[in-house]
Amino acid sequence: MGVSNTDSDKTQEEEQQDLPKVVLFRPPPAFSLIGEESFASNKFQFLKTYDSQLPLDQYLPTHSHSIKAILSSAGAPVNADILQLLPEVGLVVTTSAGLNHVDIPECRRRGIKIANAGHVYSDDVADLAVGLLIDVLRKVSASDRYVRQGLWADKGNYPHGSKLGGKRTGIVGLGNIGYEVAKRLEAFGCAVSYNSRKKKPYVSYPFYHNVCELAANCDALIICCGLSDETRHMINKPVLSALGKEGFIVNIGRGDIIDEKEMVSCLMRGEIAGAGLDVFENEPNVRKEFFAMDNVVLSPHRAVFTPESLKDLSQLVVGNLEAFLSNKPLLSEYVDNK
Amino acid sequence: MDCNGYRQENHDQNLFPKPKVLVLEPPPVFIYHEDKLSQKFHFLKAWDSPLPLDQFLTTHAHSVQAILSHGSCPVTTNTIRLLPSLGLIVTTSAGLDQIDLQECRRRGVSVAYAGSLFSADVADIAVGLLIDALRKISAGNRYVTQGLWANNGDFSLGSKLGGRKVGIVGLGSIGLEVGKRLEPFGCNILYCSRNKKSSVSYPYYSNVCELAANCEVLIICCELNDQTRHVINKEVLLALGKKGLIINVGRGAIIDEQEMVRCLMQGEIAGAGLDVFENEPHVPSELISLDNVVLSPHRAVHTEETLMALVDLVIGNLEAFFSNKPLLSPVLLDE
Repeated sequence: MGVSNTDSDKTQEEEQQDLPKVVLFRPPPAFSLIGEESFASNKFQFLKTYDSQLPLDQYLPTHSHSIKAILSSAGAPVNADILQLLPEVGLVVTTSAGLNHVDIPECRRRGIKIANAGHVYSDDVADLAVGLLIDVLRKVSASDRYVRQGLWADKGNYPHGSKLGGKRTGIVGLGNIGYEVAKRLEAFGCAVSYNSRKKKPYVSYPFYHNVCELAANCDALIICCGLSDETRHMINKPVLSALGKEGFIVNIGRGDIIDEKEMVSCLMRGEIAGAGLDVFENEPNVRKEFFAMDNVVLSPHRAVFTPESLKDLSQLVVGNLEAFLSNKPLLSEYVDNK
Repeated sequence: MDCNGYRQENHDQNLFPKPKVLVLEPPPVFIYHEDKLSQKFHFLKAWDSPLPLDQFLTTHAHSVQAILSHGSCPVTTNTIRLLPSLGLIVTTSAGLDQIDLQECRRRGVSVAYAGSLFSADVADIAVGLLIDALRKISAGNRYVTQGLWANNGDFSLGSKLGGRKVGIVGLGSIGLEVGKRLEPFGCNILYCSRNKKSSVSYPYYSNVCELAANCEVLIICCELNDQTRHVINKEVLLALGKKGLIINVGRGAIIDEQEMVRCLMQGEIAGAGLDVFENEPHVPSELISLDNVVLSPHRAVHTEETLMALVDLVIGNLEAFFSNKPLLSPVLLDE
């Protein structure tokens, strides 16, 4: 006769099986960049639908009773169809700051909480934005290329760059990232103004009601906002014309915020002076026209990716999940800005 | 301008001829803005003459009162002695090692220089090179334009700037501007300098090796002189360590370049951002082959705006001198 199964006799595996489940539909970039072990916890177990051949509507019902949360990342939308299959889910945690792949109203309707990456990436993104601005103004990458091609010795001095101090910089989207960018630019002697959904009451930078007016009054636009229906192709031909022949644009938001085809035309015709881009409409396929442009700096969407920030992210994700499962307040709950 | 205007100006010229200024070799301000400068001054162009310098000076420049010079154009004892009426040397550089200051002191010749005009531009490029080296901006750009992002997938990670200990070598005008810029990035600033600066709160190290051992980034902002030549040597580079970065916006010869190249090739330091080299415009070929260095071709003046400001400063100093007013940016020669 077998020994009866009391709690203390459970095997480790069985204990694992009893843990609440967190479902993932695709592995977040951080899993491969810093290792899945950084996200491990003894309070929950990951359930990876991408490890199964079954379609979601067959796979999920078997497990749905124990799936309490979703770990989401861009490319795996959390929409009504998915949520329909997961009645026990009370939390969606994303590895991104952006939430345009999550159906927020549907989550609200179902009483599902949302936690995002909070400010974990903000410093790194702001650092890269400033690095890209310095690069386009002072031609850092272009002159590095010049030296590597042996042209400094052959052809002499590379053309002058443009001074940072005194430049009027326009931040598009003064959220946490935009604010960190502004803080850094002030130390270089840049003047800062901004456009955002709403004027920020505790900020002394000049506010412009629309992005076209902002562009007309600055020398460089830094795109720091998220992608939404309002911001898609917000940087269009009128905005680029307003920015003008001596104007620069830096984008660390999302590629779709800029009408990329129009930007390419403006660059080719010299209607803006240059660009520093970390994001593109169709990553990783960057338009070939950019490759030949000496006044454009291309970054392979790396703004958030330093090992240090990814480590912080993993701690935040685990922290949020553990807090939720023990009924404690979330560490980085997303609350709609009304 | 009509004929009457022309005649009037010509007439004025004879009554009030433009002051003569000697130029041994043309500085960038001269190359780009000779017309603006020539509106106010008559330039004697020594480099343009077939005569050897001494002869040119005694034949054409004997009565000259002012010289316009630049950073790599020596103004020697001999030159000064051949100009008995010399009262002013204006250099477009911040550095003064090319001028015989002792002879100037002896003769009562004033010197005007660029002061801290370049400091902001140099500090900007120092920070730009640091962010580039740490976050792999130029290398990432290469990755994309070579088609590797589409074909080979994600590019490697850079490293976080915030929280990093940054050691500034030489906390003069440039070093202070660098510190000021790095603070909002969350860097911890340390420094070493000839003297401790009582007005700053950054931790001070009296020698550069100790500074290197206590930081992850070294930014060279000091001038080149006998004490600083090759001060960044093997010992300092090893103290900086395998995760360390070095940024140089001072002078190439402050670093033992051959040693630095060796350390980079062998991974004894993590990377570098260099605006200056020992033998410009020659850059060691090993550096060209490395993905973890950022190379910037040193210019005398970095930006259009600063060049314009420099032209105005030069004109301002010369005008002040010729109208017996105080110089705008004098060098203090009294010890």
